[in-house]
Amino acid sequence: MARLIAQRLFNSAVSIALVSIVLFLIFEISPETVAADALGQYSTREQRDLWLAANGYFEPLHVRFLDWARRCLTGEFGNSRLYNAPVSTVLGPRLAASGILAACFFAILIPLSLSLGVFAGMKEGSKLDRGISLLSILTTSVPPFASAVLLAAIFVFGLGLLPGTSSMIDGFRWKELVMPVAVLLLYDFGYLTRITRASMADVMQTAYIRTAALKGLPDWWIILRHALRNALIPPFTVIMLQINWLIGGVVVVEFFFAYKGFGSLILEASLTHDLFLLQACTAVSVLIAVGTQTIADIGYGLLNPRIRVAR
Amino acid sequence: MTDVAATQKKVTLLSLLRESPILVAGLSILGFWMLVAIFAPLIAPFGPNQNLVPMAPPGSRTPDGRLMLLGADHLGRDVLSRIIYGGRTVLTYAPLATLCAYSVGVTLGLIAGYKGKWVDELLSRFADLVLAFPVIVLYIVIIQKFGASGLNILVAVTLASSPGIMRLVRGVVLDLRTRAYVSAAQMRGESTFYVMFVEILPNARGPLIVDACLRLGYVTITIGTLGFLGLGIPPPTPDWGSMINESRHFAMVFPHMAVFPCLAVSSLVLAFNLIADGLRELSLAD
Amino acid sequence: MTQPLLELDRLSISYRTRRGAVPAVVDVSLSLNPGESLGLVGESGCGKSTIAFGIMRWLAGRGQIVGGRVLFEGRDMATMSPAELRHVRGKRIAMVFQEAMSALNPCLTIGAQLTEVLRFHEDVVGPEAERRAKTMLSEVRIPDPDRVYRAFPHEISGGQQQRVVIAMALLANPALLLLDEPTTGLDVTVEASVVKLIAEVSRRFGTSLLYISHNLALISRVCERIAVMYAGEIVEEGPTRRILTAPIHPYTRGLIACLPESGADKVARPLAPIPGQIPAPWERPAGCFFMPRCAYAVPGRCDVAHPPLIDDGTGAQVRCVRADEIGPERVAGVAGQPPAAAEGISVAVDNLSKDYKITPPGLRGLLPFAEPLRIRANDHLTFNAEAGRTLAIVGESGCGKSTFARILTGLERATGGKVEVAGADLGQLSVIDRSRDQLRALQMVFQNPDETLNPSYKVGRQIARVAKRLLSLGRKERAQRVQDLFAEIRLPPGIADRKPRHLSGGQKQRIAIARAFVGRPDIVVADEPVSALDVSVRAAVTQLLMEIQRAHGTTLILISHDLALVRYVADTVVVMYLGQVMEAGSTNQVFSGPHHPYTELLLKAQPKLDNDQGLDAPVEGETPSPLDPPKGCPFHTRCPRKVGTICEAARPPEQVTPAGHRMACHIPMADLARVQEKELT
Repeated sequence: MARLIAQRLFNSAVSIALVSIVLFLIFEISPETVAADALGQYSTREQRDLWLAANGYFEPLHVRFLDWARRCLTGEFGNSRLYNAPVSTVLGPRLAASGILAACFFAILIPLSLSLGVFAGMKEGSKLDRGISLLSILTTSVPPFASAVLLAAIFVFGLGLLPGTSSMIDGFRWKELVMPVAVLLLYDFGYLTRITRASMADVMQTAYIRTAALKGLPDWWIILRHALRNALIPPFTVIMLQINWLIGGVVVVEFFFAYKGFGSLILEASLTHDLFLLQACTAVSVLIAVGTQTIADIGYGLLNPRIRVAR
Repeated sequence: MTDVAATQKKVTLLSLLRESPILVAGLSILGFWMLVAIFAPLIAPFGPNQNLVPMAPPGSRTPDGRLMLLGADHLGRDVLSRIIYGGRTVLTYAPLATLCAYSVGVTLGLIAGYKGKWVDELLSRFADLVLAFPVIVLYIVIIQKFGASGLNILVAVTLASSPGIMRLVRGVVLDLRTRAYVSAAQMRGESTFYVMFVEILPNARGPLIVDACLRLGYVTITIGTLGFLGLGIPPPTPDWGSMINESRHFAMVFPHMAVFPCLAVSSLVLAFNLIADGLRELSLAD
Repeated sequence: MTQPLLELDRLSISYRTRRGAVPAVVDVSLSLNPGESLGLVGESGCGKSTIAFGIMRWLAGRGQIVGGRVLFEGRDMATMSPAELRHVRGKRIAMVFQEAMSALNPCLTIGAQLTEVLRFHEDVVGPEAERRAKTMLSEVRIPDPDRVYRAFPHEISGGQQQRVVIAMALLANPALLLLDEPTTGLDVTVEASVVKLIAEVSRRFGTSLLYISHNLALISRVCERIAVMYAGEIVEEGPTRRILTAPIHPYTRGLIACLPESGADKVARPLAPIPGQIPAPWERPAGCFFMPRCAYAVPGRCDVAHPPLIDDGTGAQVRCVRADEIGPERVAGVAGQPPAAAEGISVAVDNLSKDYKITPPGLRGLLPFAEPLRIRANDHLTFNAEAGRTLAIVGESGCGKSTFARILTGLERATGGKVEVAGADLGQLSVIDRSRDQLRALQMVFQNPDETLNPSYKVGRQIARVAKRLLSLGRKERAQRVQDLFAEIRLPPGIADRKPRHLSGGQKQRIAIARAFVGRPDIVVADEPVSALDVSVRAAVTQLLMEIQRAHGTTLILISHDLALVRYVADTVVVMYLGQVMEAGSTNQVFSGPHHPYTELLLKAQPKLDNDQGLDAPVEGETPSPLDPPKGCPFHTRCPRKVGTICEAARPPEQVTPAGHRMACHIPMADLARVQEKELT
């Protein structure tokens, strides 16, 4: 087990190191663009050169990279041109806002999907199973941007029940969170449900479930003790990997509902060429993605005793 | 069960409908959109960029009395016609992008899985690297660096999807390469290329076809999302995602401008998902 | 008269499929008294496992009892409520499956899976349950019950897993034990000890047995009565001795004639294969199901009506209208031929070694320059294969015999030593480096019929491709060659246009043989060529392989775990254990002794039809891990003839008789001959 954790952590560290090189190359390979982005389109040639010299851009590439990496590690990402403030102060509240969104989303998604999936998979081919499967395939087919429009058309325009934007101008209001969370859920719960269902259905077909049944154990015991743990291993991994996907959904949802979160920030940074802000956002998102991936791997090992010892 | 397939009847639409209604439903929707895309100029009542009556509600008429079934957008362009032509855009770019991603992913996956050792190590590392980025961030960064265009979307989709395809193929190949028929091919001196593409690849088709359908749906969503975020195929090309983006400010007042493209894109994604599900169902029944 | 414990009354079970209801079990009636043991024998697809699941009323998915009843202790199981059924399952009837690994839940400890039986059937929990579980583990001869109790299924060996499953079945002290191929996939020595255990515990606990297997010899070791199944029905049923010595039904006769008799070789008693193959349920003929394959069939009688099961007056039943007419003579096999004369050395193996490197487990393996662990799969092998004859390499799984085959065929590279073929050392020469003629000269027949042919292409095309690559034949000549070969392997040419999934296992294996012989090779390596086939098909494919080898004058290297087959087919034999050669010599030398103690163990473990010692099964213990092989003689950990610490300390010397019988053992061959002779008398 210690080996598994060490290996995964090592792998993640390598990934992050490699990604940082790639990021550096993408963003910083040509100082001209950096200067243009940092000082704005209307800066003069001399201004840009002065700025580049002042910020050490005429050093050799590897020195620049090491310096850049050091700044990334210590969180000194520079100033956001868009907000005219240090990137870290812009980033913090936005991350927190998205965190709230994600927390609400998972708090509903996990119990909903897992229970639906388990019920569907318990008796493959039953009416309940077919119903749940059809519902999940229908909802996964509606892209988040489409469901945002459709839900807004119904609940905001049609019924007037909910606010159409979630910008939280008048402070935090739960009501404004309903639409974004609903859109994310609508697209994603079907996927997780299907994974859980498939996994549960597979487990119910295995020889050890048959053994358990032929040992004369009651059904509830077979489900709870023999099936669930094995069946929940793949969904667990998927939940963790969802976070990577979630960032995509979050961008769309925050953009549509004008929610001031991390997703809309990254989009703003990109659309306005706010280089340092975009760098920081990208770095943070990679960190989140790699981190959850690592947790998923290690968790998989913990849940599955076969992996724990064999590798 | 040796002769089941030998004596099996030919697959007819009717028998397919009995075996997997889901598949038939998916194929029907896809067929509908393909016909619409192919015959767009014949079906569409107006040109996609023709300016008529701005913000016209569904069912209203142009001054010369022609019906605008789904209304017009803020520039007075007929929504129905734009959806019809938009079908062309998405049905060009989604399959093309998926095909590109598959060509790269399958080739790399075959090489990684079959060659193994350091080649596999290197390619897998590279795939991990790309997969470490949240997909949307990858798109945003690429489009931000290289600008929004059809070609860049193809490149971005290929870059973002091929590592996943590579992993899938690699897994299947790792299993298949130990088969005796692969050893038999090596023992008659077949080239690596022949073994990979002729002996192994055809036997990996089952999971790949299902995955390709799912991925087509996903790429459709991606193209739509990029359009929606304003990073998609530049205007005035009719594109469902961009239509939603352009009209979303008016969505609270004139929802028809955004709602219909939403329904269009959802139905197309649904078609791909249904086909994938149906195919999986059929392959399990065999 | 006592009431039978279990009674099947005209039981019929069908599976719903796309082509309608497929009958898997037809009209089967059986009864089993308390304490009795009944063997149910038949080839794959004959419905024997379906019967077991039918009894348990666990016909997952599409199976359905369409007729008849299952009476357990006089009660119709169909009338039982779910709660009653649960009570019967596990408590009164327990079941042991094939492949114990998949029958155990990978996420729960062995202890948890054992004690839950007691919890629900005996209301026993806590320390008392743990105590009883551990007692039962020692009852099934698990050496370290405390460790195994806490272990997860993957942490114990295959043999131990099967013992755990048996322990689990016996925990609630059931009246009836259903065993479905309980030793399939285990090595012969492990199989022998598991079978011995089953016989022992059933006697001790007074449990009735219903033992299902394809292996007649194995069943005859445990069961008092045998029922032979063919195509979903019972064709003959009676006391074991009577079935084995005086079988009446032509299928039973055929099954017995298919098995190489212990002590016989291909000259003394050739195999008599049953022609054809088992009909699919929808292809069963109107009259007797066996008629198309039957040597005694008479048109007009056998194809008119379906024959009933008739009591023959001696406590046995036969389903054959000609039961009284056909005499007791054996089915005559094709006469065997004496071994071919040796024409020099074809393959010379000299000190061949192969190491596999694996990363060490634990944190140490992560260090960049950690010394990799080595598994020595082949350890200084030295032997020769004579041209035009058959060399067999025998040993249990993990002995390195397949690794040798892969080195010889160039799919792996040797770590050290030489394999000389036609003057060239092939040990380091992998397939990509071999010349076309070297490739042509050395071909292989693989084990698994389902993996040997590419599922995507027609079989004729696959054979033609070999002719193109190895012989550079033109299109027309290729087609001709394919046709000739199909005639040689006795398959109708129409088969060439089929894809592998439309062929039976036997047909696929025939085509695999044809493929190996396309380029008229000098040497063919056959890795367990028939082990995956049904018994009746096995004999025919073996026969074919021998014929074609003889016709082409090819050197055949047969890799097998099946001593009976080896004795039957081979001219010379090499016995391997943990990567080393233990014994080598002519077939006669190896089988008539003196034997190396390991060969002796293998011979004893071999299930035999005419085995009167019955359960005088060999020592316990399993092959040690090749990761940590024993020092000295690799076999000393299991050797019943171990002489002392010298076996643990020094590698045994190689003894060679003037006639060429070689053996690696510390005991002089003369002494071995003496003790083994004494034990026999």
